[in-house]
Amino acid sequence: MIVGASVAGLTAAVTLRGKGYDGRLTLIGDEPHTPYNRPPLSKQILAGTWEPDRIKLRTNEELSALDARLLFGRSATGLDTGARRVVLDGGDSVSYDTLVIATGVTPNSLPGAHHLAGVHLLRTLDDALALRADLRREPGVKVAVVGAGFLGSEAAAAARRMRLDVTMIDPRPVPMRRQFGDRIAGLVGRLHKKNGVSMRCGTGVRRFFESRGRVTGLELTDGTLLDADVVVVAIGAAPAVGWLAGSGLELGNGVECDPTCRAAPGVYAAGDVASWHNNHFGCRMRLEHRLNATEQARAVAHNVLGENEPFAPVPYFWTDQYDAHIQAYGIFPADAELAVLHGELEGGHFVVAYGHRGRVVGVLGWNSPCELRKLRQLVVDRAPWAAILPAPRAVWPGRHLSASLR
Amino acid sequence: MQVTLHQDKCVASGQCVLAAQEVFDQRNEDGVAVLLDDRPPAELHEDVRHAAAVCPALAIALADS
Repeated sequence: MIVGASVAGLTAAVTLRGKGYDGRLTLIGDEPHTPYNRPPLSKQILAGTWEPDRIKLRTNEELSALDARLLFGRSATGLDTGARRVVLDGGDSVSYDTLVIATGVTPNSLPGAHHLAGVHLLRTLDDALALRADLRREPGVKVAVVGAGFLGSEAAAAARRMRLDVTMIDPRPVPMRRQFGDRIAGLVGRLHKKNGVSMRCGTGVRRFFESRGRVTGLELTDGTLLDADVVVVAIGAAPAVGWLAGSGLELGNGVECDPTCRAAPGVYAAGDVASWHNNHFGCRMRLEHRLNATEQARAVAHNVLGENEPFAPVPYFWTDQYDAHIQAYGIFPADAELAVLHGELEGGHFVVAYGHRGRVVGVLGWNSPCELRKLRQLVVDRAPWAAILPAPRAVWPGRHLSASLR
Repeated sequence: MQVTLHQDKCVASGQCVLAAQEVFDQRNEDGVAVLLDDRPPAELHEDVRHAAAVCPALAIALADS
């Protein structure tokens, strides 16, 4: 049984069938839609360049061919690992031999805001369509984006593409700082400013103003008053583990698993909800990245069928904002060192390496997909940091090692 | 095996090249995937299936030829 029918859950099902599993298979998802791809929600769907049909992960025929019991629009509310039963929202329960937990994350909300019309979260297709409709409700809509991580930054970019007035608010001094560190985050901040976003970094939201149940503006913690017809709340997300309370599973930052993504006998987790020990980096991680949902679900499916291999990937993620296509492999600790391996930071095309404890742990490319892919191997190899710093010996002939930034 | 690549969906992740570099490449200017061989030999089919499975944009379609 697989609980969660987004990328991870569906991929687990598809991989199990692809590997020859021909037993009973149940796939439960709490959204009414058939499984769809989430990254376009904050990009093409929000901007209106794609319609929902284009992001379906499988056609209805392909879903039928899975020969699985598909319960969409149903949610799991409880788990009894002893009896190996999952309780569903109707109170009925379903037994399993092996359970894959792929319930993803739930977006964090702002206290005292979400009862107002015009205040939006962005996680599901319905969320994206509701936000899109609100952005189009009249010309000249004023948009406030609260939170300048992946989602907030992409939502701001999509709203600017619609030529709307956009303010982005974040308590941190620059957008995407937690993801990229100060230096690259500073470039993202400049990118938003250059594209006309009013940046209000280093401040939070104190309160919302409303008129007849609809948001009209907000007051920031620094006292600034802003008009806003639409507010996008993008302040991170928490693993959807509420239904697992009392199950006996270890719930820390997500469902805590061993290196093979196993949480308990007969129970595995994959995707945004799963926390596991990644042997490649020697640390526990939980990733909210699209590719990880696929890769981890594939690994889990293989392990369910007995391979029992540690899942030790080099994570990959990307974000598209305006004309910047930013991609990254690895991990990006806050105290990592940076070195430019290709291009120049000011030039709009570059690859930087992140060094931590003497090793290359990440590479990030800005409009440099081909160069980045070739440099990924440094992270796979955990290359010694000293080997890529400027030195009398040329490390890569033809590559200009332009700076080391401490 | 017949491989179809939908470049309009591609997000330039390069995962297909990592999985099957004999069959896929990336354009230098924007990283969008390029199909090198739409009927790859049998020994590459497993790699191509892997490429299609991990593509985060669902841009690779496979059919029996």
